[in-house]
Amino acid sequence: MSNVKQIVMPGDPVEVQNLKPRNGVYKCGDNKYCSQFFGILQESEQFVDVVPFTGKYVPRRNDKVIGKVIEIGPSMWIVDISSTYTTLLHMNDAPWRVTSGELKRYMNVGDYVYAKVLSINEIKESWITMKDVGLKKLEGGTLVSIPAPKVPRIIGKGGSMVNMIKDSTHTRIMVGQNGVIWLDGAPENVIVAIGAIRKVEEEAHTVGLTDRVKKYLEDKKGEIVGNSE
Amino acid sequence: MRLLGTASDKKLFDENGLRLDGRSPGDLRPIRIETDVLNRADGSAFIEWGGNKIQVAVYGPREAYPRHMQDINQAFVRARYNMAAFSVDERKRPGPDRRSMEISKVISEALQAAVMVELFPRAQIDVFIEVLQADAGTRIAGLTASAVALAAAGVPMRDLVVGCTAGKVDGKVVLDLSKEEDNFGQADLPVAIMPKSGKVVLMQMDGDLSIDEFNEATSMIFKATERINQIQRDALKKNYANTAQDWGE
Repeated sequence: MSNVKQIVMPGDPVEVQNLKPRNGVYKCGDNKYCSQFFGILQESEQFVDVVPFTGKYVPRRNDKVIGKVIEIGPSMWIVDISSTYTTLLHMNDAPWRVTSGELKRYMNVGDYVYAKVLSINEIKESWITMKDVGLKKLEGGTLVSIPAPKVPRIIGKGGSMVNMIKDSTHTRIMVGQNGVIWLDGAPENVIVAIGAIRKVEEEAHTVGLTDRVKKYLEDKKGEIVGNSE
Repeated sequence: MRLLGTASDKKLFDENGLRLDGRSPGDLRPIRIETDVLNRADGSAFIEWGGNKIQVAVYGPREAYPRHMQDINQAFVRARYNMAAFSVDERKRPGPDRRSMEISKVISEALQAAVMVELFPRAQIDVFIEVLQADAGTRIAGLTASAVALAAAGVPMRDLVVGCTAGKVDGKVVLDLSKEEDNFGQADLPVAIMPKSGKVVLMQMDGDLSIDEFNEATSMIFKATERINQIQRDALKKNYANTAQDWGE
């Protein structure tokens, strides 16, 4: 039994059988599907996907993302969300009453924001909004970035992986679908949490990862502040 | 020690029919590819092919600049082939020359055929190919490594582009020309394909080949690309095959 799930390259044939081909595959003949990416073949109950090992984030409606303001226009912020394209945050989609030309007062270049993708069109121009529960400008904390395709592994089934890391390290963690992760807590705890995230990032393609991360967190118990021993 | 050759007509085959470097007509030079060698690039690869040493870095896809060059429907693959001043025997003046621009163009077109550019409107994908040491067949080696770097960067492609050269030396068709064979031979034929479909994405020729010689050369090339494609695949897999073991499981 292999430790590693099946690795495929661009052009490799993908067995579809009675599943539906979804992400990362393309039609390469009559009833034949091939991989688009260098990545892992993933079969779920209904779908076949190829998940690349790395890649830029592709915005989808309703995704929660963490972005950095890189430019300010008269009526919108231009935000970098680690994607091929930048995204725009209009002043009307911010929680404050912003007047045109006064955007700098609320969020400046270099500030990070936790926002939601509002829309994306055929030529990949996108807009984000802060008008939803929990969305805000981020203050303090630590930010790390992982490739967007690995985010589902960090979150885990129903949040199991990220919740395990949060609970063991007593940190607050917000995971953007674009791969940017915000952590807050005692410095020693944040370091352990980042170590766990790095482990998931490096071993995302292997099986038995949840147990290994669990063991890693248990081994690090002594370094975590606030554990009642 | 470097062989300087003879002043008169170069003999490119010895009495046993072996080439100057001891290879048979159908032998490839040793090839080694490594990926993820540059941290700041989105994807990278380093290839050693015979005496060639070539570094490839991929950036993107990212929004195309200048704005007026954007194609609203798809991305551009912008390959830039450059030879370092120290890569050849006689110092090459730095900067693009007509040869580099031609090679950049044919490599861009070859990669553009494989990359799913229609998924990235208004974008460009930059492929930087730096030849650090040249030993004939640099455009093919650079292109072969570029496909690996693009795959490592997570760029969606139809296939891994792979190439090889063949040529004619002392009247005989041979595979994978070395520097002397390229300089003193009678024909040089670099070809690159998408292996799954067999579609040709790059083909150029210097010199003269009869139809039969051309067919012999291309058939040698197609067979060799199977081996080279396997080297590309092994290079990509290498960083992912053993991770679980490394953590002492």
